[in-house]
This record gives sequence, structure tokens and C-alpha cells, in this order.
Amino acid sequence: MPAVSKGDGMRGLAVFISDIRNCKSKEAEIKRINKELANIRSKFKGDKALDGYSKKKYVCKLLFIFLLGHDIDFGHMEAVNLLSSNKYTEKQIGYLFISVLVNSNSELIRLINNAIKNDLSSRNPTFMCLALHCIANVGSREMAEAFASEIPRILVAGDTMDSVKQSAALCLLRLYKTSPDLVLMGEWTSRVVHLLNDQHMGVVTAAISLITCLSQKNPDEFKTCVSLAVSRLSRIVSSASTDLQDYTYYFVPAPWLSCKLLRLLQCYPPPEDGAVKGRLVECLETILNKAQEPPKSKKVQHSNAKNAILFEAISLIIHYDSEPNLLVRACNQLGQFLQHRETNLRYLALESMCTLASSEFSHEAVKTHIETVINALKTERDVSVRQRAADLLYAMCDRSNAKQIVAEMLSYLETADYSIREEMVLKVAILAEKYAVDYSWYVDTILNLIRIAGDYVSEEVWYRVIQIVINRDDVQGYAAKTVFEALQAPACHENMVKVGGYILGEFGNLIAGDPRSSPLVQFNLLHSKFHLCSVPTRALLLSAYIKFINLFPETKATIQEVLRCDSQIRNSDVELQQRAVEYLKLSSIASTDVLATVLEEMPPFPERESSILAKLKKKKGPGAVSVTELEDSKREGGELNGGGDRGQDTATMAASNASTPSPSADLLGIRSTAPLGAAPASAGSLLVDVFSEAGPTAPSAAVNDDGFLRDLEQPTETSDSLLVEGSGDLEFVCKNNGVLFENQLLQIGIKSEYRQNLGRMYLFYGNKTSVQFASFTTTVSCPGELQSQLNVQTKPVEPLVEGGAQIQQVLNIECLTDFSDAPLLNIKFRYGGALQNLTLKLPVTINKFFQPTEMTSHDFFQRWKQLSQPQQEAQKIFKANNSMDTEVLKAKLLGLGTALLDNVDPNPENYVCAGVIQTKSQQVGCLLRLEPNAQAQVQHTDSPERVSHNYSSIPNFLHYLSPYSVNI
Amino acid sequence: MQFMLLFSRQGKLRLQKWYVPLCDKEKKKITRELVQTVLARKPKMCSFLEWRDLKIVYKRYASLYFCCAIEDQDNELITLEIIHRYVELLDKYFGSVCELDIIFNFEKAYFILDEFLLGGEAQETSKKNVLKAIEQADLLQENIDFQMRLFAEPE
Repeated sequence: MPAVSKGDGMRGLAVFISDIRNCKSKEAEIKRINKELANIRSKFKGDKALDGYSKKKYVCKLLFIFLLGHDIDFGHMEAVNLLSSNKYTEKQIGYLFISVLVNSNSELIRLINNAIKNDLSSRNPTFMCLALHCIANVGSREMAEAFASEIPRILVAGDTMDSVKQSAALCLLRLYKTSPDLVLMGEWTSRVVHLLNDQHMGVVTAAISLITCLSQKNPDEFKTCVSLAVSRLSRIVSSASTDLQDYTYYFVPAPWLSCKLLRLLQCYPPPEDGAVKGRLVECLETILNKAQEPPKSKKVQHSNAKNAILFEAISLIIHYDSEPNLLVRACNQLGQFLQHRETNLRYLALESMCTLASSEFSHEAVKTHIETVINALKTERDVSVRQRAADLLYAMCDRSNAKQIVAEMLSYLETADYSIREEMVLKVAILAEKYAVDYSWYVDTILNLIRIAGDYVSEEVWYRVIQIVINRDDVQGYAAKTVFEALQAPACHENMVKVGGYILGEFGNLIAGDPRSSPLVQFNLLHSKFHLCSVPTRALLLSAYIKFINLFPETKATIQEVLRCDSQIRNSDVELQQRAVEYLKLSSIASTDVLATVLEEMPPFPERESSILAKLKKKKGPGAVSVTELEDSKREGGELNGGGDRGQDTATMAASNASTPSPSADLLGIRSTAPLGAAPASAGSLLVDVFSEAGPTAPSAAVNDDGFLRDLEQPTETSDSLLVEGSGDLEFVCKNNGVLFENQLLQIGIKSEYRQNLGRMYLFYGNKTSVQFASFTTTVSCPGELQSQLNVQTKPVEPLVEGGAQIQQVLNIECLTDFSDAPLLNIKFRYGGALQNLTLKLPVTINKFFQPTEMTSHDFFQRWKQLSQPQQEAQKIFKANNSMDTEVLKAKLLGLGTALLDNVDPNPENYVCAGVIQTKSQQVGCLLRLEPNAQAQVQHTDSPERVSHNYSSIPNFLHYLSPYSVNI
Repeated sequence: MQFMLLFSRQGKLRLQKWYVPLCDKEKKKITRELVQTVLARKPKMCSFLEWRDLKIVYKRYASLYFCCAIEDQDNELITLEIIHRYVELLDKYFGSVCELDIIFNFEKAYFILDEFLLGGEAQETSKKNVLKAIEQADLLQENIDFQMRLFAEPE
């Protein structure tokens, strides 16, 4: 390489750069720059026509000045002139300037596009590459309009040089990312996919990025890439380290390409073709094996490249989530990395294990590393690694280790970095709630949390502890006692005062029998904190005082005295003054009965998603909430919130006074459309204003109706509507949560819970881009006869989704009668001007309405025998593609919603399940036997499924079941 | 990859490459924030960090920090090696590269990067092929330089 020629390409430029570097101050630099700008301006304006070289030099100087951070408002035209120079370096500088400093001057764009067009058709590969680089660097919509149809042609033409193909592929990718509507692959699809077979490794490397992106968007059209990718991967993985010459990097064959191949495969479910799948599993095994081999080089580049492939392979294994063997091996490998001396590997291992923890197959294996992870939380010197350790502890937490993990997190919180405290607090709060077996532990944990990190305890956290205490009468006495004790500390956090005030105001009577916490002692304790608190807390305390008057008439005089004093009744804060005046008046004129009614104990809060969980998700995106957690929340949520069995959609006190929970109130509050939010403002409603967040969840009937009408509109199927089917379809039969859909723009996460014939589904729409989505609308429809079978209600979502933001939509689902189709979700929005339209099937299947039923062997077979008419049974024999792992099968069957009955079938190999499908019109009992034929290794016999009614969709339902089981 | 930044230990930006459309103001804000964050980190810390909704991968070579922002599904380790390969390319081209080479020949640093990465994705990972493309351009440039030196410029 001729080193001499490098620096002195443009001497004037070098001199200028030296000058700038020699400037002693910012002012001197600006002065020098202004001088230069004036000089260049005069040259450009001068009468003498500049030669190409001078133009190049001055344009380059302008570029330098711009890159220093100064504004440049001229020189564009000269740069454009350079584009049409036939001297390579002039052209090159011209393109560089345009790429960095393009503006949307339409006249200029036209000229630029003209120059590009000329270079593209020049058949000079070097010029073509320059032009393509420019398009890729600018990537504007104007350029997409001009070139999106031309570039695919260049990409697949037989006579295109390899280097041009590489640039064309990535250029197209960039255009596709900015203007997907303008890049139409259509006829080119198959030829683009076949670039995976290209002899030139560079072409494959470039093309695969394009193919991956296109596959994410149009998986079906590109699905032939799977087998090509597998065979390419297999060739690389099995090649010797020298085979690939310059594409071998520190003894690792083609690491970039390998990673990209593995990434591409993550756009698809496991290959259906047995041979392809076998070959892929072999590759993955080889990669795992190589990790155990001694390194071929001590250089960090060698191990990085090797491990990059390993981590990508593990991502694929996790993505498939169907090979228990590989999952456990992956987990063991990551376990080794947890103690590696390289910080980077420890970080990545913690991160990757987080996703493994959410797989049912590897959750237990991940849990075995708990001590190492706790140690990492305590000893890692880098906060980002500690953060990963905290995430992993959160992900691996379940009932068996919750107490240990929560204790460790709490003790870590005392010294935790400020940057992660708030998130840690949320996590502790969620785990404490989710895995609380006894509620005194929960209350202790949250109060500890406030003690240790009060400043980081957000409203959601302390709202939640109050919601739970109010909903669970077995913990109210304990909570009152504990907050009373906590408030005795000379300095306690204001959040503690809030919780204390609220809880004593509601349940102070439960500890008033003890003279040490008599009503007056309680009141004095609270009031001793009053003057140190902010206005909102004082307002809350005033509400607690009026509740005291109701709870303990003996405190009335004292409290009235307090309310009456000038600092209250003439307080300069309007809110405080109003409360003081109203409460004082209320306590003096209302009769005891009226007082008792107005100040009645708070009714239970409606069951709803934990606001803390919502907050954490908002903070971290849907991925932050592990699948196990979501699955657990179905089983445990109701029990924990305590709202499940008695909760009613009464969010305000005013409403609760009017209606006591009726036994017919539906469990999820689905059908209650009462105008709850419309409760008139009264003194009473002030009492609950700390829960004002309940407002939006209980909007007025008018708003509801509006939403309902809009939902009834049929989705207008425009020609570019894309019906995505497949992957989501069966994946969700046995699970309720996960990622429903993902492309480069949008991710849709789903979380659902069902009870009897009702369901609630939470959809989380995440904008993956940095650009706002406009006119974002979603429509749910029940096509055809489904309309009379399933009732799905929802409200419209916000029309704007900011870049990186996530919005949530709640669907309320009621199963009226047996159904077999799935409701459709249509999503439309504008991204960078282009209308996006997609339709998805929502994973609502009849089995979601299963209620598990336990029964004895005797009962089971008695019923089994009763169901003998042809329409009452269905039988299916199908092949198992994989080994029939007991745990896996059990998990699937439980996921189906039935109860798995032990000791029922005389043959212990068989699985026996029972459940009742709940619809509004009828209940249908179902019995199920699965008879694996392990000896043959090929056949599962799915025994008669018997139903107690003529149940038309059972065969369909078995269709759901069987292909899924085959996947096991 | 969404962008790549090169900056010195003093926080001076030496190269910026953006693969997503952002306005100048936003670019400056991101640069300021990231330079600060990365410079504040201690030597033995890990090379990855979460920043906004992106993953930052960075590595220091002598006085220069190379810093890439990648998306959630992107591979951190392979990005680290993208940085290394780029450093190797600069090194081979300039012959034991130092910060000054990149300051005085910033346009070359951009050209080399364009041959290696395009639109944020690896275009050509073979060192030989990337350098061959740059070399061809240099041969052309040398001829011109030779011609131009005949007319010494007053500066």
C-alpha cells in the first residue's frame, strides 16, 4: 500500500486542518473557520471558473468544517457538480459531501438523482458502487422513488460484478427500511433468495442482510431461504478453518456470515422437512461442541468470533424452544460463561440466560445457577453487569426461590446504583406480590422497600400495596400493626406516611384495642408527621382524619380542633382548605349513620393488571416480562389480587355506596359498562383521589359506546392488506402469552387470561423504530358466523405511537357458544408517510375456555363409558416428530387448559385429562386420553375424546391439538 | 447497526456514520450523551451497555473510542469484531494507524468504512477485497496528485 500518497492528497486541506488543530481556544477556531468560509465563498462566487481539483478541495474543507459541528449553508451545488466529473476522486468527494450533507432542496435532489442515474448506467463498476453507496447513505424517499425499481435488476443481473451486487443488496435494504412500500420484490424474490448459494462469500454476506429483512416482513414468500441457509451454514460449520481463505477470521470460518445465517433462521419456526431439521440440529450441536474445544488462538478476536456464533446459535435454540436437549446444553454452556474471566462473556451469559429462564424446558436448569447470579449481583464491578444479574434473578424467580431472591434484591438495593434503583424497586414489588404465600411477608417487603429506597418507590408501588391490603381482609390487621410500628421511626419516608395514613384510616380500628395503639395515639402519631409532608400527602392525611372520626367517635373533638385551626381551614392551598372545611362541616352536621355510609370502608378494587407490571413493561418493553411470569399470572393473579372472587368494577366510593357486589357480577368485569368514571365529585370522592389512575380504566358509557360502534365496522380490506397466518396460529394454543407478531417496525406482544367463558387479552403494540406511527388504528372483527359465537369488545387506541413507545389495548372476550374460527385483528398506521396494513389472527381458541376438572379414576371411566355415541367422541392417531418427553407433554396438556389426572389410567404411560369448556350457552365436559406409543417411536395414539354434548367443533379443536403435539 | 461514532479520549468526535435518518440536532444530542457515558466508564468494564432502546458496543484503541449502536436482536460480540476489522483495515491502509491519520484523512476513513459496511450491515468482510477496492481509487488519485503538484497552489 503506497503510504506516501495518503496525507498529501490535498495540501490546502491538510494546512487548514493543522491550523484548526493549533487553535488555542474555541474563539480562535471559530475565527479561523469564518475566514476559511469567507475564502471558499468568494472562490465559489468568483468570476474565474474553478477547476475540478479546487472544487474538490473546497468542498472537502466544507465537509470538514461541518463534521467539526458547524453549520454549512452553501457548497451543495459545487458538490453536485463534482458528481458529474469523470475523475474518480472528485466524484468520490462529491458523493461523500452529498451523503453527509444532503438537504431536501428539490432542485438539488433532481440533479443528484440525475448524476446517480448516469453512474448506475455507466457500466463502470467503481462508479456504480459509488452511486449505490450514495443511495444507501442517504436512503431518502426521493431516492427510493427514483431507484427502487432499478436496483433489484442490478442485483440479480447475470453480468453484474460481485462488488456491485454487494452494494446493490445493501442499498436495496436501506431503501426497503425507509420506504417498504416502494420496494417490490415480486418477480425477483426467488433469484434474490438464491443469492444465498452464490459462490462469492461477500455477495452472500451482503445479500443475507437483505433477505433477513424481507423474510421478517414476508415470511411465506421467502421461506425457501430456510433450507438454503441451513445447507450454507452446515458447509461453513464443517469447513476447516483455512478453507474459506480471507473469510476466515482468526481461525473462525466466516463468523459474520454464520451469525447472519443463524439470525435469518430465527425468522422462521423449526424446519418442517426432517432432513433439513436434522442437518440444522447437527450444526447447532457442532457449534456447542466447538465451544468445549481448546481455543485455536489466544487472541480475544478468536474467542469473540467463536462465541458470537455460539450466542447466535443459542438464540436460535431459544427461539425454537422445542429441543429440550439443546436448551439444557445451552444453559450449561452459559453457566460456564457466568464465571468466565471476560466481563463481556459474563454480561452476555446473564442476558441470554434471562430468555432461557422463560422457557419451560430450561427454567429449572437456569435456577441451579442462582448462587452464582446472586454473587454477580454482589460483586460485579460494572453496573451494567449487575443490572443483567438483577434481570436474571427476576426472570428465574418462582415460588420456590422468591423469598431468597427478594431478600437478596432488597439487600442489594441498599447500595445499588442510582441509575437502576427505580427499576429494582418495581421488580421487588412485583415479585413480592406475585409469589406472596403469606401476605404479612408481602407487607413487610413493601414497607422495607419504602424504608430502604423510599425516593424510588413510585406511586404505582404504594398504590398497589394499598389495593392489596384492601382486597385481602386477612392481612389488614397485620398491615395496620406494621405501618403503625414503622411510623414510630423518628425519620420515616413520606411514602411511608402515605401508606400509613391510608391504612390506619381504613383499618386503624383493628389495632385500636391495644392501649399502645389507641385511636388517639394513632392520630397523634400521624399528625406528628403532618407538618413535614408535601401538600398531596397532607391532603391524604386529612382524609384519614375524617375517617378516624367515623372509626373512633372519641377522636372527633381532637380532630375537629385540628381541622378548625387556621393553618387548615385558611390554608393557602385550595385543596387543603377545601378538605378541611368540608370535613369539618361533614363531621359536625352529618348524623352517625350518614357519616358511616359516606366514610365506609373502601370496597375491594377491581382485579386488573398490576399497575407496577405495566410500568415496568413501559420502562423495559415487552421483552422484560418473562413468559413464565406471564403464564404464572394467569394462575396466580386472581388469588393474589384477591379481586378475582369478589372484585367488582367499582372504582370509586360513590359508586360503591350505591351498589354492593351482587353475586351475579361477572368475574372480570367484562360486561359492566356502568358509567363509573362519571361519578359526581363529592367529598367522598376526594377520599379516593389517590387512586385517580383508576379514572381512565372506567370511562363513561358514552365513550364506551363510541368504541363499540367503531369496532363493529368491518375492516376494509384494501389490496395491500397482508394476512399473516401460520406461526402465531398454533403457537398460542397451549400458551397465553408471548410475541404474536414482529417485523422491523412493529412488535405485538400478547398476554391473556381466561376465566370460565370470559377472557381478557392485553395487546402490546411496540413501535420498534425511532419514528412516530401516525393514524394508528386497530380493529377487531369476528368474520362470518363467529360474530354470533364470540363477543369481542375493545376501545380504540391512541392514534399516535411515538418511536420506541409501546401502547396497550385490552380486549374483553366472551364465548357465547362453540366456535372454530379465530377473530381477526387489523392494524393500520402510517410510517414515514407509507400506509401499513396488516391483519392477524388472534389466538383465541375454544380450549381457552376450558375449566380444569379433577376426578377420580372411577368417575372418569364411568363418564367415559357413558359417552359412546359417535358424535360424542373423536379419535386421532398421529406421529410424534420428536422424542416424547414426559415433562414436555405434560406441560402442553396443562397449557391446553385441562386438568391432568394422575393415577387414573391403569397404564401409567397414558395421559388422562378432564375439563369443562365454558360457553355462555352451555358447558361441555371433555375427557381426553393420550396414549403415546413409545416403542414404535413413531405413533401417538390420541384416544377418544369424549364429550357430553353434541359438540361440533371438537374435531377442529383436535386439529389444534394434534399438529401441536406433533411438534413436541 | 444504527450508527457508528469515533471519538477521542478528550471527547472530540473524529468520525460519525448514521444509518438511520435523524436530524442534526438529534445527532448532536446523541453524540454528546454517548461520548459522556462511554468516557465515564472504567477500563475493565464490559464493552456493552444498554442505552435508550439500543445496545451500545464500544472499544478503545489507543486514544480513540469506537462506538456502535445496534438493535435489540443484533449480536454484540460480532459487532465488537466489526470494530476490530475496521481498525485492521485502517491500520493496513495507513500503515500503523493513529488518530492523526484519521483527522487528516477523514475522507479516507469514510471511504474505507463505506466499502466495509453499507446501510449498517457488513458488505464485505474480507480484508483483501476491501483494500483492493480502496487501492484502485488511490491509483487514480496518485495520477491526479502528480499532475496537480506541477501547479503548486498558493495557500
